Amino acid sequence: MPKLTIDGMEVTVEPGTSIIQAAEQLGIEIPRFCYHDKLSVPANCRMCLVEVEKSPKPVASCAMPCADGMNVFTGSPVAQKARKGVMEMLLVNHPLDCPICDQGGECDLQDQAVAYGFDRSRYREEKRAVKDKDLGPLVKTVMTRCIHCTRCVRFGEEIAGVNDIGVLGRGEHLEIGTYVAQMATSELSGNLIDVCPVGALTSKPYAFTARPWELRKVDSLDVFDAVGSNIRIDTRGGAVMRIQPRLNEDVNEEWISDKVRFSWDGLKQNRLDTPYVRTDGKLKPATWNEAFGAIADRIAGLSGQKMAAVAGDTADCEAIVALKDLMAALGCSALECRTDGAQFDTAQPAGWLFNTTIAGLEQADAILLVGTNPRLEAPLVNARIRKTWLANRIKIGLIGEQCDLNYPVKYLGAGAETLEELAAGKGAFADVLKGAKNPVIILGMGALRRADGMAIHALARKLAEAYNMLRNDWNGFNLLHTAASRTGALMLGFTGGNLDKMLSAQMLYLLDADDLPVDKIGKDTFVIYQGHHGDKAAARADVILPGAAYTEKNATYANMEGRVQTARQAMFPPGEAREDWKIIRALSEALNKTLPYDDIAQVRARLAAVHPAFAMPDQPLAAEWKPFGTEGKTDKAPFAAAVKNFYQTDSVTRASKTMADCAAAFTGSSTTAKTGT
Amino acid sequence: MLQDKDRIFTNLYGWQGADLKSAQARGDWSGTKDLLAKGHDWMIEEVKTSELRGRGGAGFPTGMKWSFMPKESKDGRPNYLVINADESEPGTCKDRDIIRHEPHKIVEGALLASYAMRAHACYIYIRGEFYMEAIAMQKAIDEAYDAGLIGKNACGSGWDFDLYLHRGAGAYICGEETALLNSLEGKKGMPRNKPPFPAGAGLYACPTTVNNIETIAVVPEILRRGGSWFGSIGPEKNRGTKVFCISGHVNNPCNVEEALGVPLKDLIEKHAGGVRGGWDNVLAVIPGGSSTRMLPRDVCDTITMDFDALRAAWSGLGTAGVIVMDKSTDVVYAIARLARFYWHESCGQCTPCREGTGWMYRIMQRMVKGEANIEEIDMLLDIGSEIEGHTICAHGDASAWPIQGLIKHFRPEMEKRILDYRKHLVA
Amino acid sequence: MSAHACHKHFEQPKEFTFSAENLKKIEHVIAKYPKGKQQSAIMPLLDLAQRQHDNWIPEAAMEEIARILDVPRIKVFEVATFYTMYNLEPRGKHHLQFCTTTPCWLRGSADVVSACEKHLGIKLGETTEDGMFTMTDVECLGACVNAPVVQRNGDEYYEDLTPENVVKILDDLKAGKTLEHGSKSGRVKSMSAAGTTTLVEQAGKAGVAVAVEAPAGGKKGKK
Repeated sequence: MPKLTIDGMEVTVEPGTSIIQAAEQLGIEIPRFCYHDKLSVPANCRMCLVEVEKSPKPVASCAMPCADGMNVFTGSPVAQKARKGVMEMLLVNHPLDCPICDQGGECDLQDQAVAYGFDRSRYREEKRAVKDKDLGPLVKTVMTRCIHCTRCVRFGEEIAGVNDIGVLGRGEHLEIGTYVAQMATSELSGNLIDVCPVGALTSKPYAFTARPWELRKVDSLDVFDAVGSNIRIDTRGGAVMRIQPRLNEDVNEEWISDKVRFSWDGLKQNRLDTPYVRTDGKLKPATWNEAFGAIADRIAGLSGQKMAAVAGDTADCEAIVALKDLMAALGCSALECRTDGAQFDTAQPAGWLFNTTIAGLEQADAILLVGTNPRLEAPLVNARIRKTWLANRIKIGLIGEQCDLNYPVKYLGAGAETLEELAAGKGAFADVLKGAKNPVIILGMGALRRADGMAIHALARKLAEAYNMLRNDWNGFNLLHTAASRTGALMLGFTGGNLDKMLSAQMLYLLDADDLPVDKIGKDTFVIYQGHHGDKAAARADVILPGAAYTEKNATYANMEGRVQTARQAMFPPGEAREDWKIIRALSEALNKTLPYDDIAQVRARLAAVHPAFAMPDQPLAAEWKPFGTEGKTDKAPFAAAVKNFYQTDSVTRASKTMADCAAAFTGSSTTAKTGT
Repeated sequence: MLQDKDRIFTNLYGWQGADLKSAQARGDWSGTKDLLAKGHDWMIEEVKTSELRGRGGAGFPTGMKWSFMPKESKDGRPNYLVINADESEPGTCKDRDIIRHEPHKIVEGALLASYAMRAHACYIYIRGEFYMEAIAMQKAIDEAYDAGLIGKNACGSGWDFDLYLHRGAGAYICGEETALLNSLEGKKGMPRNKPPFPAGAGLYACPTTVNNIETIAVVPEILRRGGSWFGSIGPEKNRGTKVFCISGHVNNPCNVEEALGVPLKDLIEKHAGGVRGGWDNVLAVIPGGSSTRMLPRDVCDTITMDFDALRAAWSGLGTAGVIVMDKSTDVVYAIARLARFYWHESCGQCTPCREGTGWMYRIMQRMVKGEANIEEIDMLLDIGSEIEGHTICAHGDASAWPIQGLIKHFRPEMEKRILDYRKHLVA
Repeated sequence: MSAHACHKHFEQPKEFTFSAENLKKIEHVIAKYPKGKQQSAIMPLLDLAQRQHDNWIPEAAMEEIARILDVPRIKVFEVATFYTMYNLEPRGKHHLQFCTTTPCWLRGSADVVSACEKHLGIKLGETTEDGMFTMTDVECLGACVNAPVVQRNGDEYYEDLTPENVVKILDDLKAGKTLEHGSKSGRVKSMSAAGTTTLVEQAGKAGVAVAVEAPAGGKKGKK
């Protein structure tokens, strides 16, 4: 391990650590533009030059590995002069248009110019102007501002897996461009805005709406898939202005999907801001008391056996546990969270968790995808798979619907038959799995949303056992959920009901549940809809209880790994709408079944009482391996895709105009359909 | 001065054929198998003895460079030799003659050098504009394959050796060894960061040595005649013969093979017919290709042409492309045109070079007319210092040097122009 | 600089396929590089496409190259826009590339260029109305001792030019004559015009002129 001195301080680092990283360990920040710790290192901006003893020239600290005995000076006159020079050069062709630039206030170039820039420009020649590029409805370009750091190109190649952006031309005429004006299509394209250190790539929907110093920043979570990406919500005056990623190396690293980043305009549309009660066949606005009264009247004397409750895809754990407790108090046990009708054995957590963990995928050396398109169902799991492939060129096989993944995939077959063969040790991919040290299976909802789901579940378990995916030091079995609420609900035992039967119960309580077969709800079923958008299910409701969207509540979610995380309230729900657990708590009182918690701390204590993992946040749930699934006959029908339209999967995104634009721009004109190798 | 018996490139001017038979008649390919039989390390030692320094400009000791290559592959990665024939330095056209008239010296040298470095494959990267030369080179390669001199069991030595030609397409920067490697890999010719150095991870991330084509072409003769023969020519640490190119304001521009250390004046007067209008008409000489700083008249009188003497004179031997300027020369334009060259040929990845070369070029354009401020002369030096030493490769440095040379030796001329331009404006 | 931003003034063909002969060459080219390193063949393939397609590379050809080599299209586009010898828009039948860098300029390249501009009625960067000639200026062609130099269509060099002999070249090209490449002043390659100063014995055998000894300031050679 090399030991070196930086600015007089000694530090010992892992071999291969660059000077810039070593300095960071000491709390010394060296200015940089092209360097990004998740991307390859081109060392082209030259901003991070430092002086190294015995080196005749200043050294690019991002690219220079630490060596034993090195003596580095990050702020010496040599380093300062180099940086000032680079800064002057960067500004030669950069427009000084900060007042009309959206990056203003959070611009690396602006910040560094304050530290290293001159107070006037010596450049008196003509400046370069560059044509803007069309990157679609999300990313705005002002290419004249580009400083050619190539972070966007590297992000595209290395993380997003889109090879559409490149560096064209050369010298002073160097330009970031796409292949003959082609749009970059990726579920992660919004991250380009974050990686761009200047105002060349900015957010189109956010354009000219706010300055960073006006914004209130609140930590929250992505609820549009089951990854649990960490986000930061920026609000002003009680409205979401934009959403950005928060760093979490174990989950989303520092990326988020376009869906969570850009769907916030949907939070302002089609909202339920007051309770409604159906009278004379029509939903009419009501007070909370009227709404609770209507419910109390309707279920008076109704046996709990004739009731059912469904926790929808974005429901939070506080609301789920409150609803569970309420339903129990009413004598009802018909609970279910799998609104999509997925069938799998819920008895053993190992059977429904993402056991390998998302970060653990980087240790995998062979991956079998079954009935899933991770790119659309969990873009950040997909990014992790791609990262692993990029680092180690691992073998990846796919059983299910053919899809355009951004790494090479060996297509093995369409459905259960192929899975059976492989489980029996047949086929070319059997050898790959056999030869792998850390093989992984990722079983998607596409394989389980069917009558033979239990049998498929068992089959996948057999396969995992057959290929040595389960060891003391390795668990390669994973379920890839698509809903943010799912794992939490399963941990809380909000399951066991038969969805088909439940739909025709006498009373059906829908908590944030829109993506279920609404048309199959019984004619005489009394439907309570608690949620935030007037989406699919609200129209069928008899009583509507207006709840809070994910940005509007303090709420707990468990992601597909069973990782318990909390989102914080960034703003208040609109009008009469309230945080969801509070609604259920209030209703319980109206039904004379008062739940025993009065504040969120008490609710969370209850969560921990139901499942101890809720007291241990931010870590994946470890589950013991026990047999699960029920072996049986499988259907020959091919596995169908779980997510078809990435941009519109729930009530918020369906209300978003930006998401509608994306669906039209990207999926409507999807160009290259490349699959398999 | 070098005697004819010590000249290596006896067909420099193409009087005889470049074909295999003619080459063999000149002594090429004689005893190659025996040379191979003496072993890898013997060759490297012999080249070390010869004190051969790289002919591409930097003058790094060739034998030492070869010794950096791994002697065995621990991970299955092969060694490569890559030959740099991307001759593009203004004032330089030596490689062109070697390629079109002495290609078999290159093929044989490629085999011997590859064998010394335990490489089974070698690529020659030739600049795209040398189309005719590429045809000549390919012909020699094909002949050598047909004669069993290279390919499987080259020369009957038991060593398999493949030689491939790869053409560039118009980019000076590809003469920089790591840019060349990127170009050879089918990418833009942008130089790479070092470390890793090519000897550790070069072409296709395999251990690679990049040598100038002239360096490779003299290897067979060195091995045949012995390193000590080559090492006996020229001054200490600057041994051997070198092809010089003498262009510009001389009566008879030409290429000529001379000993390192030859006086510049002899080179010009003996071989190039003297300066137009006589020696006293010299204004300045750029001694080693456009990147080297110019020498003023008084230095030209006595300077000798080798790496160390020219470095001591605040210039360099570079590629030995001697550009002579007589007193009729608009010396500011001559350098402004070079500033345009470095601007045009910057690959664009490093900020200082991408932005600074254009800045300097634009100021230099104004300087030609005198449309500038006196202070801008010092600003040019300052801009140069912001580029120099701050980039991945030496293109940035090379863009600053010619202007430094100009200002050092012709500042009064630049100032006069500025003042004249002002007078002209007032009048 | 290749003008990748100027696609508007001409028609891009919709399709491009390599000729059978070129497809054979492509096989040979790809075989030069290790397995899996076929990206190396982008440059040779761009060159083949340009030669096949009237001296310029249409977008369809870049797509075809990307397909053949199984590399992203942007990689081909990047390479095509980096190197100056690739023409991404049409050129005249004779694309004359005038070296104007300092060594050629010292020997009169400016006069050579203006003689051509006058004769053809176009400026550098332009193409004659009849599509016969395009004139561009390029950086050092690496034939400095034979300056000034012009290259035609990226192939042959015409050297030791004067305003007079270059106009004759234009006329000959227009008349469809096949021209010898190399020096237009009648001298031998890069040898001194006064005769060789070295390799006297070989010169004798080859019947080449040897310069008069020590001709400081002298100009004439002697057989």
